[in-house]
Amino acid sequence: MYDVAIIGAGVVGGMTARALSKYKLKICILEKENDVAMGATKANSAIVHAGFDAKEGSLKARLNVRGAEMMPTVCRELGVKYQNNGSLVVGFNEEDRAIINDLLARGKANGVAGLEILEQDALKRLEPNISGEAICALHAPTGSIVCPYDLTVAAIGNAMDNGAQLKRNFAVCRIESTENGYLLSSQTDSVEARFVINCAGVYSDAVANMVGDTSFRVHPRKGEYILLDKECGTLVSHTIFQTPSKMGKGILISPTVDGNLLLGPTSVDGEDKENKATTQEGFADIIEKAQKSIGAVPLGKTITSFCGLRAVGSTGDFIITSPKKGFINAAGIESPGLSASPAIAEYITQMLSQQGLTLTEKESYNPIRTSSHAFREMSLEEKNRLIKENPAYGRIICRCEGVTEGEILDALRRNPKATDLDGVKRRTRAQMGRCQGGFCSPYIIELLARELGVPYERVTKSGGASFINVAQTKGGQ
Amino acid sequence: MKDLVIIGGGPAGMSAAIAAADSGIRDILVIERDAHLGGILQQCIHNGFGLHKFGEELTGPEYAWKYEQKLHDLNIDYKLNTMVLDLSEDKVITATNSEDGIFQIRAKAVILAMGCRERAKGALNIAGSRPAGIYSAGTAQKFVNMKGFLPGKNVVILGSGDIGLIMARRMTLEGAKVHAVCELMPYSGGLARNIQQCLHDFDIPLRLSHTVVEIHGKDRLEGVTIAQVDASRKPIEKTREYIPCDTLLLSVGLIPENELSKAAQVDISPITNGAVVDQDRQTSVPGIFACGNVLHVHDLVDFVSEEAEIAGKAAAEYINGSQSDALSIPVKTDGKIRYTVPQIITRKKDVTVYFRVSDVYKNVSVKVTSGDAVIVSKKKRKVAPGEMESITLKRDQLASVKELYFSLEGM
Repeated sequence: MYDVAIIGAGVVGGMTARALSKYKLKICILEKENDVAMGATKANSAIVHAGFDAKEGSLKARLNVRGAEMMPTVCRELGVKYQNNGSLVVGFNEEDRAIINDLLARGKANGVAGLEILEQDALKRLEPNISGEAICALHAPTGSIVCPYDLTVAAIGNAMDNGAQLKRNFAVCRIESTENGYLLSSQTDSVEARFVINCAGVYSDAVANMVGDTSFRVHPRKGEYILLDKECGTLVSHTIFQTPSKMGKGILISPTVDGNLLLGPTSVDGEDKENKATTQEGFADIIEKAQKSIGAVPLGKTITSFCGLRAVGSTGDFIITSPKKGFINAAGIESPGLSASPAIAEYITQMLSQQGLTLTEKESYNPIRTSSHAFREMSLEEKNRLIKENPAYGRIICRCEGVTEGEILDALRRNPKATDLDGVKRRTRAQMGRCQGGFCSPYIIELLARELGVPYERVTKSGGASFINVAQTKGGQ
Repeated sequence: MKDLVIIGGGPAGMSAAIAAADSGIRDILVIERDAHLGGILQQCIHNGFGLHKFGEELTGPEYAWKYEQKLHDLNIDYKLNTMVLDLSEDKVITATNSEDGIFQIRAKAVILAMGCRERAKGALNIAGSRPAGIYSAGTAQKFVNMKGFLPGKNVVILGSGDIGLIMARRMTLEGAKVHAVCELMPYSGGLARNIQQCLHDFDIPLRLSHTVVEIHGKDRLEGVTIAQVDASRKPIEKTREYIPCDTLLLSVGLIPENELSKAAQVDISPITNGAVVDQDRQTSVPGIFACGNVLHVHDLVDFVSEEAEIAGKAAAEYINGSQSDALSIPVKTDGKIRYTVPQIITRKKDVTVYFRVSDVYKNVSVKVTSGDAVIVSKKKRKVAPGEMESITLKRDQLASVKELYFSLEGM
């Protein structure tokens, strides 16, 4: 019997688990995939929004501003890279200028600090590579960037270090009320918990339906992205937005905390909650719109492209509700969900307390998690001292990103352990560089097989049946 | 302080080390990232290596072994499992391994011999999902030949580079079915002999002017959609065709790995993606030389070895201060000839200029001119991008030449 079961190990589930792990509670996180951060958390714009987008008075506005305020501390405690690079909403005509003025007013109402309108000259000084067509911009100095899966892995790792449990490949398909709470079942397993928090992303409406709550719907909105080489990472320093207008939402151009350049997303509503396929139309759309902001896009420097699904709720706002005692929805968490996530966790914690969950702080609680970037941030002397203790840190496995065997072993051994090739990638950046794993994946598979105690050909890319190799060769071992 | 540090212990690095040692340099260190010398040759277990150099058909490991033995005979020092992290313009090398930790070495001369990497799928922006089962051909070669595992049983190959062709045969020999090799261009970038021996001999269809337009499958690849492309290489909608398969191998180009060269401020050619070099394979940074696939992608290892000998010998001359007087003759091309190596001639000696053409041309003559004067004219029945060509210029032919111009003329 758990005190709290959290359905979904995305950034909202992860932040909530971490917030609750501070208290004397038995917590479990149920995740349908083989790893954490596999839904909308895996593929989004990686932005901590300043908070001028959402409508005044909405939950989105409130939790965005509060979340953005909390984020630097959360990232520091969790050892996650956070960069306060500032953002710009760029306007190309008078219609855009009107929108930018509205955004300024809205931002002020939402309590966003430091907003200002820049004219062309000032804009050019701040971002020399911006298109000459840009006439003005809204500058939000508090806009920041963060790596969403790094944040989520760290939050869940920290929650687990503080006692929370993670059950992977646990797709909740039935929820029944019991005397003390709820019984949550997958096809093969079940857990009972007094309180349930539904953080199931695009599936959160389906999960709510399991307790009879049909008050909202969530549909997937596809967002495709193109990621460029680190050589392009300094093309712009701010996150560059376009104005939302009749012509559509526009796309952003942003450096990432790891030094790449991210272009996207497209915005296409759909029904299929599993369809993360990229499209030719999507590429064309991104390229055309990106060109509007920065002129020529160095597409020859593309590292990869991918697609994420935002969980768009039917109410227009975040849906954080309690349809039944002990059951809380955190649904429709689309943008600015990442920015708001620490505040959503705080909000849910308050709701739980109001519903009678006793929150007693644990003495053993430790909010600090050693950063997964710790090794690369060490001085030469510190690195060499560590290599002497543990020679695995002297061996580079991923040449493109300079990732050592020691760092990969860390990812395989600490909470939440990577158990597949993509899991290693998200935790260490190995395979994320120019050769996309061409050189290092055969070695990483070796480490995975050894650590998991499985044969080489049973190692997967991303859990399930995503095997990398299918058989031994004729003369195989 | 070392006289000579060579980055990379593949065919280029080993051959350069031996040539430098033969020229009297004793204080040499070869740094290799892998657990053995030989580089990519170790996974090339097919034969065909060494025809030019040794007059016999060797496998990759056999070819590498000849050089490795020589390295041992000459007592040339090397470090395995060691990755170079940085190279500075003043030739300080920072490297790491498990035994020594992170260490620095200053060298009088450096030879870049890091080889190349395969262009990855991400760079192609193919639409669709991202399942397991998509590998570059060289990665698949490593799985099959080094690890003993088969990455799939029903295969489509995109790109007809040599590794792709070799892997079409290799996967077939391991019992997999190769359904098609799709090539975007109207001709293959691979060697004619590989098309014959790896595709035709095994009845594997080569679909020229075709590409993969969509990837299907959730966990593991389930199929690809291919399509014919028009003259501007855009897919033709009505030619879309679905091929069920569990594996897609990519052989869509090789990229010289010049991150370290760039760190050392070496000038890089936007065409070869390798350093700009003179006839000695010396880069724009004095004392830093480059050879093999890090300089430009070769078809045959024999030519890599030959080029590395030039670099090794020249590095020895540099260390001994015995370089002859300098000239400066730029080598330019007309575009039909895509590039030459070297791109500049700085000393008066016999020079073999290697070059590649940008398209398939038949019945042409390669002209080397200096102003109005034709220095060499060489007839060719057929030239293709996949086959490197060369022309040797005699020392005397370089007298009073200001600039060399390589062009292709129809006959």
